[in-house]
Amino acid sequence: MSALLQALRRLLILIASLFAASVLVFLVLAVLPGSPAQVILGTQATPASVAALTAKLGLDKPLWQQYADWVGGLLTGHLGISYISGQPIWAQLSAALQVTVPLILMGLAVGVLIAVPLGMISALRADRPSGALVSALSQVGIAIPTFVGGILLIIVFAVTVHLLPSGGFVTWQQSPVQAFRSLILPAIALGVVEGAILSRFVRASILEVLRSDYYRTARAKGLRPLQALRRHGTRNALIPVVTVFGLEMAGLIVGAIVVENVFTLPGVGTMLLQAVDNRDLLLVQDVVIGVSAVVLLLNFLVDLSYRLLDPRVGSRP
Amino acid sequence: MSTLSVRNLTVTLGAAVVVDGVSFDLEPGQRLGIIGESGSGKTVTALAVMGLLAPSLRATGQVLIGDRDLLAMTERQRCEVRGGTMAMVFQEPMTALNPTMRVGRQIAEAIRAHQRCTRAEARQRATELLARVEFTDPARQARSYPHQLSGGQRQRVMLAMAIACDPAVILADEPTTALDVTVQAQMLALMARLVTEENAALVLISHDLAVVSGMCERVMVMYGGHVVESGNTAQVLAAPRHPYTAGLLATSAAVSLDSDRTRLEVPYIPGQVPAVGSFPAGCPFRSRCDRATAECAVMPPIEAVGDHLAACHHPLGGPASPQIPASPQIPADLAESGKE
Repeated sequence: MSALLQALRRLLILIASLFAASVLVFLVLAVLPGSPAQVILGTQATPASVAALTAKLGLDKPLWQQYADWVGGLLTGHLGISYISGQPIWAQLSAALQVTVPLILMGLAVGVLIAVPLGMISALRADRPSGALVSALSQVGIAIPTFVGGILLIIVFAVTVHLLPSGGFVTWQQSPVQAFRSLILPAIALGVVEGAILSRFVRASILEVLRSDYYRTARAKGLRPLQALRRHGTRNALIPVVTVFGLEMAGLIVGAIVVENVFTLPGVGTMLLQAVDNRDLLLVQDVVIGVSAVVLLLNFLVDLSYRLLDPRVGSRP
Repeated sequence: MSTLSVRNLTVTLGAAVVVDGVSFDLEPGQRLGIIGESGSGKTVTALAVMGLLAPSLRATGQVLIGDRDLLAMTERQRCEVRGGTMAMVFQEPMTALNPTMRVGRQIAEAIRAHQRCTRAEARQRATELLARVEFTDPARQARSYPHQLSGGQRQRVMLAMAIACDPAVILADEPTTALDVTVQAQMLALMARLVTEENAALVLISHDLAVVSGMCERVMVMYGGHVVESGNTAQVLAAPRHPYTAGLLATSAAVSLDSDRTRLEVPYIPGQVPAVGSFPAGCPFRSRCDRATAECAVMPPIEAVGDHLAACHHPLGGPASPQIPASPQIPADLAESGKE
């Protein structure tokens, strides 16, 4: 029962956060100087035509009304019409998501594949030179900006050895293999940094397990080191790692925007940057609130997952 | 052949000697108490015997189980001994148990590490073990997580784990220190009963003379990584030869009148236990000893003084040092009261 109440409380917090985020996003974009109608029509436009377009876009209504229209649309699944292209935003967004979602998932996979072994090795060999070397490597990984890493990858794998495309995207409908291939380098560029950051936390939490009394107890029972680590470490080490993972999701999405630009991928990030350029404010608003919602939702799930990972959570005050 | 025979066990941390030449033998059913303040090397001794030292520590000497030397074994062989032939109970039952695993499973794991059996059989055995360590509703309590149990219950889970594979030797490191005073005696009685039932040898590590005197027929006093006195518990307590033992005895005798044991310990033995590596050369106790002379710069050998062994150039009750008048002998009745 108390578990349900706790989950409900978390859900209320999630809804409140989403509300706050939507207000913030809306207000920040509303107070930006310059009117979208002016940008769309260009500097030659007459004040009358600008006013007409502003009215058509609904931007002459009071702020609260604009906000209510926008949120009402979001809740009923109507993301609105792009100011610039005149196309439904949903159509544009769903095409872009076909790039960005696989990119982030692949980046995540790369990150985890890097973080777990790297973190484990540097923890298990913490007092040996090889462990220190792996630790230093992960520091370097953190220090490299995503776009530099991306460009390096392009130079090596696309320009020098012609192994993978340097950019652009073939849709999944046209050729799944090509689509996948065009996401490999971007995913690596994205995943390396996240993996390096995550590996620090994997290392720290495994070290904590190795120094724990219960690990020693497991060893005293006769379990071999890796056996004891697997049985007693996995769950305990996951608790802090999952927390960081939730926080890192935001970083991963920002990273995806940069990577899409470096590799000229038609994803959500590219779309967002273009929309900002064109003052396609409704599209910007929709994308930003969408990203916020995803991050908040993931952190909500992280909160819920503690209960599965750690039996002590919520059992006593 | 002894069940457990430790020969000249020495543990080093870089250049620093943490434990210096500890030797003892244990037969089935025998109980040895190791006494000393924190930092005296008693826990390190136990961990070295288990082969569970931190990687930075190095053990030399011999730890013989039957005729097999643990220190010469491969890690895989040692894993068979640990939890099988030799089990350990740790001081802090809250942290020594995995907080995210049900206690029944943690016990079952100890069984399955050494015996071929199915998961269900191991679970069944774990429940039986919980009953043996006096859990009233073992089937239900096996499904508890450590945080749902009391301190005493957690330590009994540790005991159940230790006896899971009928070990020949049980090492218990301060098993009652973390417990409420009210359950300490109960815990010791249970441990004594189980050790007797298993006919296991027991090494009981404690800073508490009363605990050791009630449980063990033999005692070894450690200070600064050295065994400074050892012998029959009653004889050592009746006539301690080493000034450190006498000091320990005086403090516990005095403190037993009071409720708080640890706080009052320091004023009675002047000075503090030095950090590892900063003990004086020679007798480690000489920086705190009022009988120390220039002679004490050389470590005295452990040899017979009266009815037991002590490592002191100027043992109490023995030939006193020429410069210093002999310290008053600890009265026998005071020594006796240390047992309570």
